[in-house]
Amino acid sequence: MTRIRRVELLGGVLLLLLIWLIVYPLILVLIEGFRGPQGWTLDFVRSFLQPHEASALWGSVWISLVSVLLAAMVGIPLAFLFGRYDFPGRKILGWLVALPAVLPPLVGVIAFLFLYGESGFVSLMIQRLLGLEQPPWMLQGAGAILLVHAYSMYVYFYLFTRAGLASLDASVLEAAASLGAGRWRTLRRVVLPLLYPSLGGAALLTFMTSLASFSAPYIFGGGFRVMTTQIVATRLNGDDELAMIETVSLTMVALIALWMLRGPRRLDSLAGGRKGMAPVRVRVQRRGVRLALALLGWGLAVLLLLPHLTLLLVSFVPLGTWTTEPLPPAYTWRNYLTLLEDPVRARPLFNSLWLASASTVAAVAIALAAGILSVRSRVPGRGLIEGLLALPWAVPGTVFAIALATAFSVRAPLAGRFVLVGTLWILPLAYLVRNLPITSRAVLAGFRALDPSLDEAAATLGAGRWRTLRQVTLPLLRPALLAGASLAFVTAFGDFVTSIMLYTYDTRPISLEILSSLRQSDVGVAAAYGVVLMAVSAAVFALGADQGSGG
Amino acid sequence: MTFLRLEGLTKRFGEMAAVDGLSLTIERGEMLSLLGPSGSGKTTTLRLLAGFESPDQGRVMVEGDDVTRLEPVTRRFGMVFQHYALFPHLDVAQNLAFGLESLGVSGEELERRVARALALVDLAGFERRRIGQLSGGQQQRVALARALAPEPRVLLLDEPLSNLDPSLRERTRREIRELIRRVGITTVLVTHEQDEAFDLGDRVAVLRRGRLEQVGTPEDLYASPANEFVAEFVGRSSSIGVMILGPADRGLRVIIEGAEWDLSDTNAAPAGPALMVVRPEALRLMSPAPRALIGTVTERRFTGAASLFTILTEGGASLEVTGPPRSVRAGERVGIMPSRRAGGGIHLFPRALP
Repeated sequence: MTRIRRVELLGGVLLLLLIWLIVYPLILVLIEGFRGPQGWTLDFVRSFLQPHEASALWGSVWISLVSVLLAAMVGIPLAFLFGRYDFPGRKILGWLVALPAVLPPLVGVIAFLFLYGESGFVSLMIQRLLGLEQPPWMLQGAGAILLVHAYSMYVYFYLFTRAGLASLDASVLEAAASLGAGRWRTLRRVVLPLLYPSLGGAALLTFMTSLASFSAPYIFGGGFRVMTTQIVATRLNGDDELAMIETVSLTMVALIALWMLRGPRRLDSLAGGRKGMAPVRVRVQRRGVRLALALLGWGLAVLLLLPHLTLLLVSFVPLGTWTTEPLPPAYTWRNYLTLLEDPVRARPLFNSLWLASASTVAAVAIALAAGILSVRSRVPGRGLIEGLLALPWAVPGTVFAIALATAFSVRAPLAGRFVLVGTLWILPLAYLVRNLPITSRAVLAGFRALDPSLDEAAATLGAGRWRTLRQVTLPLLRPALLAGASLAFVTAFGDFVTSIMLYTYDTRPISLEILSSLRQSDVGVAAAYGVVLMAVSAAVFALGADQGSGG
Repeated sequence: MTFLRLEGLTKRFGEMAAVDGLSLTIERGEMLSLLGPSGSGKTTTLRLLAGFESPDQGRVMVEGDDVTRLEPVTRRFGMVFQHYALFPHLDVAQNLAFGLESLGVSGEELERRVARALALVDLAGFERRRIGQLSGGQQQRVALARALAPEPRVLLLDEPLSNLDPSLRERTRREIRELIRRVGITTVLVTHEQDEAFDLGDRVAVLRRGRLEQVGTPEDLYASPANEFVAEFVGRSSSIGVMILGPADRGLRVIIEGAEWDLSDTNAAPAGPALMVVRPEALRLMSPAPRALIGTVTERRFTGAASLFTILTEGGASLEVTGPPRSVRAGERVGIMPSRRAGGGIHLFPRALP
């Protein structure tokens, strides 16, 4: 019995840690939003009810809804095209189509700026071709935000739909055909209903990501207000209490959306019980159609890769040389050398590396502990542990940045509050909290997939807890751990949202260096940093995915 | 000499007692089958033996030592899991070495004992194979070798054949039986298949709702079931309500739906209402006659040397009777009488009037 008590004790410790890291800061924000210098007050709620505040909230909501719509319109047809039909180049194109996922948000945004911005590559080309006085468009406002969102978020719909299609049982489709259902009726009555869980998941993910999106509105928003940028602006104005109320309101919207979109998940069990073979891809026979599909695919790939390529191109342009020419007149390694040689400019690279590594190690450790306690030992309160681990996913990064800044700017050790703001520790902590959901989702899924009798087998063979963990559990969890770690690392490495609110000069990460380089019009260095971010993200992703499938 | 003893084992999950006051003794080197329908507590019993669950009451004794509170790690009971639970990231030899390493065996000694265990299950030369490259039958043998390699005190088998193709089962069954005899290890196995239980077990313990219904050799269980449940669960049988009148010239006189039978080869039972559980081969078919039970053939199943007929009696009971393949057709009215060589296939269990 003593063994059980020890496990329960550890479960309690983990629960307390999660409450302290995740719930406590949010509650402090809630409290501060309703407290003025003279005690409880609704003043800040009143100032929140001003028209421009309401319009920012509404802006966040409608931008997110339209983003879901656009992402679905791009992602679902693409998934059907690559998932159901076979044509030349399908494999490599199907892989290229998922590439926007390796662009950290801020990097994606500046790539769009280089491409379609006022003095962007494509804009200048069109201006020249048509002989216009002005750039053909302004990359600003809601339209610009939606463009970036559609580009970066259709991947969710694409990947979820493809996974859904792959898990369909071919015999179900054959059954529909044998019951006389034509292609359309099968699609409408069988395929789409079976895909609802996947589509619901993608819609939820897109909505939440878009609600929390900061980089695009920050760079392109102009006069257009959304809540995430509004919070930062209010905070920078020193109006902390109003920022709290704004934070609370954004959190509420996020939680309501999460609750409303929960419905389709109940269908999970429907598609989950997969037994048969996945449907075979339809081989496109007619030559004309094959050609058209291949052309369409390659055209699309170029369009999707244009931001990556532009970034690469700009990173080789010497400072101030590329002004109005269609292609850069000169190329140089200078920008990259600057990153390596100038200690001041190299600093952010090392900062980002260690900040991301530290937070990743911590996230994996917590996820592992949660897996052992919740899935393996089934401690009481495991539902709460898993719920808490998933919670930060529903809360926009800006909100957590504010919450952590609030909780850890006061010294009150008895209340569990320490001064971490302005120290080295606040950023890894913030990254950790933000990464807990993805890391723990991957690791917990890994634990669930393990046959519990493997542990029992090790026990009957005389292996103690540690030996079982070291020699059986961890090796088998390697793919899940690597997948969780790589996702966490990539997110932390490219983070901009939380960093901009919590960084100090000594811990400034790459994303902020990109921003300041842009402000100094040092476009080449900004692009070089962008390329580094992109390359490291892609490499780490590939490592996680490779180990994930090879293990 | 009793080697393994279960004393009044009780395990509750919430309100329900999965195992309820179970006592059993197993001799050294004996193979005992735990047989029962799902939910009978047989798997829980095995897990109590292995130490994965700890009982609410009762003890597990090995050679007089109380091992009830020993962790599985130190209990030295080997186990073969239903899905084998082989470590997929280790090769065959590493799987076999796992338990030996716990005992501190290393170096040449380790290699020697791994090789010996592999040879035991006829898989010499398979050391470096990955688990994924083995067939189901081979995986099962590796699992068996892995459990036996550290020379455990007791071997536990959880549904050892359920994961194999039906065509492989009989052969594997023979191999397991022969191997365990050769090693001479005390073995407890769990199964819901009567064939397996009878074939592998020196004795069979029939469980139902966590309680022991009967334990004995397969012959005992078949020929003298202790109660209705065992009679119906073990072997093919059908049941029908009867009235026992009392002793007759030849055996016991009973009335079944108006037919009067004298049963010579049955268990003793007091006069009064009873349930008759009867094996198909203990009955014979004839033309409708005064002393025969009258019914209609509803189904005929060809089983080889004989056919199995299902008869719906006029009183609405359904009886299975063995007979020559083409003796009667479906829909025909027939009479049923006890076979002259009933061979202990008729059992009477007194019961209260409904």
